[in-house]
Formats: sequence, structure tokens, C-alpha cells
Amino acid sequence: MATLAPSDASDTAAARAPGRRASSRSYARRMYPHWFLLPGAAVFVVLFIVPTFASFYYAFTRWTLFDVEFIGFDNFVTFFGDPQLSKGFTNTLIFGSLTSGLKIVLGLLIGVLLTSDIWGRGYLRAVVFFPVLVSTVGVGITFQALMDPYDGVINKFLAVFGIDGPGWLTNPDLALYSIILVDVWRGVGLAALIYMAGLVAIPQEYYEAARVDGAGGWHRFWSVTVPLVRPATTTVIILSLIGGLREFQLIWVMTGGGPGFASDVLASVIYKQYAYGFFGLSTAGNVVLFVVVSAVILPLFWWLNRKQTEL
Amino acid sequence: MSRTVSRHVYGAVAVLLSAAIFLVPFAFIVVQSLKTGPDSASLQFSWPVDIAFWENVVAVFQARDYMLITAFINSAVLTVLAVTIMVVLAAMIGWVLARRPSRWNGVITFFVLAGLIVPPAIVPTARLMQTLGIFNTIGGLVLIEVAFGMSFCVLLFRAFVSNVPRELDEAATIDGAGPVRLFFQIGFPLMRSVIVTAVVVQSVTVFNDFANPLYFAPGQENATVQLTLFNFQSQFQTTWNLLFTDILLITIPPLVMYIFFNRQIVAGMTSGAVKG
Repeated sequence: MATLAPSDASDTAAARAPGRRASSRSYARRMYPHWFLLPGAAVFVVLFIVPTFASFYYAFTRWTLFDVEFIGFDNFVTFFGDPQLSKGFTNTLIFGSLTSGLKIVLGLLIGVLLTSDIWGRGYLRAVVFFPVLVSTVGVGITFQALMDPYDGVINKFLAVFGIDGPGWLTNPDLALYSIILVDVWRGVGLAALIYMAGLVAIPQEYYEAARVDGAGGWHRFWSVTVPLVRPATTTVIILSLIGGLREFQLIWVMTGGGPGFASDVLASVIYKQYAYGFFGLSTAGNVVLFVVVSAVILPLFWWLNRKQTEL
Repeated sequence: MSRTVSRHVYGAVAVLLSAAIFLVPFAFIVVQSLKTGPDSASLQFSWPVDIAFWENVVAVFQARDYMLITAFINSAVLTVLAVTIMVVLAAMIGWVLARRPSRWNGVITFFVLAGLIVPPAIVPTARLMQTLGIFNTIGGLVLIEVAFGMSFCVLLFRAFVSNVPRELDEAATIDGAGPVRLFFQIGFPLMRSVIVTAVVVQSVTVFNDFANPLYFAPGQENATVQLTLFNFQSQFQTTWNLLFTDILLITIPPLVMYIFFNRQIVAGMTSGAVKG
């Protein structure tokens, strides 16, 4: 709605239209001043934007407690030359894509289940969502105990069926994947909730039309549910990738990146180098993570949103 | 007929599966926190031989010279201050962005989205805080949480305000309200429901945050509750019963939040539909 400023009342009809537009702009300038942005912007710029820009300089330095020396691309050469560090790079991609993929598949299935007229729905919703609220540290420590190779509940349970359970977190080939499972356990409730919000928005007529055309349950799922729930899928993909590529807490608590460096990701490498005092190397890791996250998220964001408007 | 049957069968299967997958870990935490030290050392999912819950709670509080009490105070101060500042500042931004379209909006949106996506640069941030004299202080940590959490709140508030009609604004202006009064007397109450959502979601996030205190306030005197878990876990020995009692205790605040604000938490987290 255009705004009526008091002075407009005496204007003639001809002068009113442009005058009103100008005064509504000055009204907005007066009542919604730009200085409202300043306090928030100040905190954000000083503690987030400035360090982010500074990281592009410090990534090219040998940086210790005492001095800073420009060394060009050496940190990046070290980063990708040393298997201990480059492992974090590949693990980050594995962690991000697998957790995101599993959350989409399982989240959609749970969402469909919980929007159907299944028995015990309220209970199921609460139970599946609750892990989202427990601290990551608590979840990590609990699963560390459950996944203990000798005493852990999981392997004890498998032993009942005569299965010799693996060293979930002690086997270097397995540790990262065990953490991925725990991350999915923790985050699938949120994905399911986002899907449920999308699923209830699909008009029932589509399902009825498909049923009239003789489509079975499976067919209806693929040709009605999956395409029409797409906005929710976009949200789940973007959110889980942003979280997954940057994940630090769960990995740090469960394995500390170990055994050795088998489950290190970029975020844990960055923290380790920071703790060891290799500040330049740590910051180079930050820049690598920045590039990875941007290179994955931005094209995906653009592509998914374009697809959405086409529909 | 058969539909009702299958509805119950699927439901029962789902309930059993979810109990095994989602409830067992929580039951495990509770059972371990009831046990005595030697009993819990075997990590068995069994009923405790002796109930030692109260002794465990006392021991957890007494550990390291009552560190948990300091930590609870630190976490409470951090959460309350960070969430209050974050929500007020973000509401001011969201309010102006939604009410006053300008050519700056594109640039601002870009930075808001960057705040959501870009991983913070740890060492440069820590060094900058050192220069400012706020490294390893609760105040510094408050500002860090404000800076990292603001983007989410701004998007939430802007989306909400753009659907609120302006009539009340105009009425207040005719009554002679200035911009500050307009915002606090009209804007803030109008945004009440979305503010509750933001407060609840961000309280849980900040309270559960472990990484930022570890990066930017590593000292013992500033430890938050999440860091107290490491008191009971060392390289040589883990006192599992106390560890799980501690987990149980620090899960109570978010649990209470969940019970009272279930609807707002769900609304806030699913509205994470990051629409640019």
C-alpha cells in the first residue's frame, strides 16, 4: 500500500501521483532508517567478514605466535602433498555427500510414513526429532560407548546372532562411515520434518487422478510425491550439505580424526593445526574449506532453484 | 478392513524399529547414570545392581572443584546474552530490510547468505579477538555467537515482516511515533511469534554449542557445560557413570525447551527453508 503523508492532502490530483511516490520514499527513509542495520552489521563485519578476508592473506604466510612471513603457495603445496592433510579433503567430500544423500532418502521415507495414517504417529514424530536437540557432544560420547568393539551394546547385540561385530571406530577403514551413520541418526529427524511440511502441501487431487489412471502405490510415489516435494528436497540438500561439509563437533568427539588420521575432515585438520600452532597452515585449510563449500553449494543452489522455477 | 490392519501392522513395526534405533541410546544414558562406577565400567545395557543416581549427581557437581556449577552459570550467561543481543539486532535488520526496499538489499542479502554458508576462519578470528582483548572471555564468546547466528535470524524475521501489513505502522506514525518507538512498540509485538521461534531455536543451538567455546574460550574458568564432559574422560580411564550423569544433566535444559516450545522449535527449524 502506498503511504499517505499529511502534506499530500492539499495537493491537486495531477501533482499527487509523483508527489506521493517521493514522499513515501522519504517516509520510508524516516521511519525505517538505515542506521538500524549498523549495530548488527558492526558485530558481523568485525567478527566474521574481516577474519574471512584476512584468511585469504594469512593462508599464504608462515604464521606463528611471533611473526608472519609471506611464503606464497607453500601452505597449499604442503596441504595437498601431505597425505595426512589431503585425506581430510577427500573425507570432507565423502562425509558431506553421504550424510546428505542418506538424509534425503531416509528423511523422505520417514516423512511419507509419518504423514500417512499410521498408528503411533505422535510418538514416532517426537522420538525421531528428539536427537536434534541433544548436544552433539552427548550424542558422540554415547555412540562411542555403544560402538565399543568389545563391550559395546551394538556388538553384543550382533553377537547374539553369531555375527562378529567390527571395530566401528577403531578400524581405520570404517571409522568415518560409522560417524556418518551417527550423523544421519542425529539429523534425519530434521530432514523428515522438512519433508513432512512439503508432503502435506501436495494437493490430494493429484493422488486421486493418478489412482484413477491406475497408478499403483510405487508409481504414485515416483511420479507424484517425488517431483512435487522438490522444494523440500532442495532445502534438505542445501542444509545438510552446509552442515556436513563443515562438520567438526561429532568427528572431534568420537574419534578426534583417528585412528591416525583416517577420519580427519577439513574442519578437524584446521583445528589440529591451530592447536599445534601452525596458524598459516590452519588458515590455508580454512581457505580450502571455503572453496570446497562455495564450489559445491553455489552451483547446486543455482541449479536447484532454476529447476524449481521451470516446474 | 485390510487397510486398518495394515495401518496397525506398519505402525507397530515402525514403533518397534524406532524404539530400537532411537530410544535405546537414550535408555542407555539413563541406565548408565543410575549405576555405580564398577557396574557401569562394563558398558552393559542392563538394569543397575545398585541405584547410585544421587551419589553420581553429587560427584558430578563436585568434580574439579564444582566446575559444573561455574559451567552452568557460564552457559546460562552466554545463552541469555547471545540470544537477546542476536535477536534484537537481527530483528532491527529484518524489519528495515522488509519495510524499505532499496538498492542495497541485494548486497545485504549476499552477506546474510554468506554468513549462513561460509565456514568461519578460526585462527584469524581468534587473533583478532586477542587484539581486541576479548579472546577467552565470555563477552567475546557472546559476540561470536551473535555474529555466527545472526544470518539465520535475519532471514527468519525478514520473511515474516514482509507478510505483515503496514497499516499499524502508519497509524503509529500519524500518532507521532519516531522510528525507534515504531520498532519497539509496534514492530516487536507484531513479530512476537517469530521472535519466540528464533529465541527457542537459537537458545538450544548456543547452549549445545561445543566448537566455538573450544576455539575461542579454551580456558577452564570460561568452560561451558559442553566442555565439562571431558572431565570424566581421559586417555587412561573413563568414569562412565559420571560421564552419562553429566550428559543427562546438561540435556535437561534443551529437553524442557522442547516440551514447552515443541511447536515453535519445529516451525523454526523447518523454516530453515533457505529462500534467498
